[in-house]
Amino acid sequence: MLFKGVRHDTIFTTIINGLPIGSVYALVALGYTMVYGIIKLINFAHGEIFMVGAYSAMIFITMFNLPLWLAMMLSMLTTAILGMVIEKVAYKPLRKSSRTAALITAIGVSFLLQNVMLLIMGARIYTFPQVFSNTTWVVNGLRVNALQLGMFLTSIALMLGLQFVVHQTKLGRAMRAVAVDKDAAALMGVDVNHTISMTFALGSALAAAAGVMVGMYYISMTPYMGFAPGLKAFVAAVFGGIGLLPGAMFGGFAIGIIETLVAGYGSTLFKDAVVYAILILVLLIKPSGLFGKGGKEKV
Amino acid sequence: MSSVLQIKRVNKAFGGLMALSDISFDVNEGELCGLIGPNGAGKTTLFNVISGLYTPTSGSITLSNQSSKVISGLAPYKITQLGLARTFQNIRLFKEMTVLDNIKVAMHSQIQTSLLDTLIRTPQYRKEEARIESEALTFLKSVKLDHLAQKKASSLPYGQQRQLEIARALATQAKILLLDEPAAGMNPQETEDLAQFIKKIHQEKGLTILLIEHDMNLIMSITSRIIVLDYGKVIANDVPEKIKTNPRVIEAYLGEEREEHVEGQ
Repeated sequence: MLFKGVRHDTIFTTIINGLPIGSVYALVALGYTMVYGIIKLINFAHGEIFMVGAYSAMIFITMFNLPLWLAMMLSMLTTAILGMVIEKVAYKPLRKSSRTAALITAIGVSFLLQNVMLLIMGARIYTFPQVFSNTTWVVNGLRVNALQLGMFLTSIALMLGLQFVVHQTKLGRAMRAVAVDKDAAALMGVDVNHTISMTFALGSALAAAAGVMVGMYYISMTPYMGFAPGLKAFVAAVFGGIGLLPGAMFGGFAIGIIETLVAGYGSTLFKDAVVYAILILVLLIKPSGLFGKGGKEKV
Repeated sequence: MSSVLQIKRVNKAFGGLMALSDISFDVNEGELCGLIGPNGAGKTTLFNVISGLYTPTSGSITLSNQSSKVISGLAPYKITQLGLARTFQNIRLFKEMTVLDNIKVAMHSQIQTSLLDTLIRTPQYRKEEARIESEALTFLKSVKLDHLAQKKASSLPYGQQRQLEIARALATQAKILLLDEPAAGMNPQETEDLAQFIKKIHQEKGLTILLIEHDMNLIMSITSRIIVLDYGKVIANDVPEKIKTNPRVIEAYLGEEREEHVEGQ
């Protein structure tokens, strides 16, 4: 048995350990789900945006000696622009084509970004500079790591920020309106192209923040570093119900915790397999995801 | 009276099918004008062309409420910003959003704050949001929907959804309104309420309205002029009394009935 003879307090510790990585998956999943919500595209290049975010932050820190917070904000800005450019160049011309065409283009963009990064930075493994304290506190027998806590709090702050933008602002209203009905939104005076563009910018900025945090967490970086987290965040988005923001957040945390539990009590080798098995199960049992209503979507 | 909407020699072809051929007419300022015709005559297509969802194959559409401007070929959101809005035959509200948010979306282009203002929540942003909130509420009050502000649009009864859709189009500050079959699917009482509602907003807000409708009682009772389309052409353009007796109009409608009869056998 996988979980035989496990003491409850260690289970609790493991769950706590899953929160930081889960919050990172949630950030990436939000980008997937926002883009899907607004143009019904699974943006498979999203993992690579995450990678570009990590690399650019590393460059800002090591080459320009910028503090972490500034490097992170600049890398979010970089990927926001990158996301808008990708949308304009690769996806916008295909908006009226079949969804398969756009999906395959997204996979193409993903390979393109990986290989451009290979070309620029080479295949060597970079290490993310250690700029965050690695202290660990023990509180009531619970081990809390400063970096993990920082990741968790940053992610939560960004998610709250996104909630605010989506529910309280002009852009957020436009995004929700365009997601429901592009033509009707346009006829209400909403610039649909601009709104879609900004959705890519927001999603990409969140991915960059996640990339920076994963860079700090796992330290080693390659141009392929976005693939697995990207895929897992996609699973998270599907798990929660793709197109739904609360679903993506819940899915991210769930996948992070499940992964950590499997790594802790089963085997690290199993953790990816379990995540993908979840994807298969969700698609078999409830394709619309945990929070999805199912069957209502008109294509 | 000056004309605010000029449609000149508009054609719209879908492949080999001429959905609209050589459509020309003007709509005058403050007019409540009907647009009728048998099914498939091209009424909704014409609305789609005017509101910018379709680009006409040839011909031009000019909007002259402030300054004269050719709108055919412009993006729909720009046409809306110039003061022309529409509703849809099948209600297309933002269903999961509240009534208030539906109105706020329509006020989109009246909000000036930049994204940066928004993200760091400057006083400018707060002031603007507060202004939009109160304007949206005042607006809802003026169309008597304010008590429903916090309800989900999809939870309203059918008749009120229709009213909300018209209100939402109005909230764009449009002075010219295209209404596509607002009474479709309504019972006689709801239709009567709607007629009163349209009459009221037409007068109180000084609107110019172009109205597609199949309910002849409604159209005859509230419009001052009726344009009749058949097979993508304008076959009549006259006051309601004359339309009733126009032989071409009668033929267009009876002809359609005869066809239905043949299909029924």
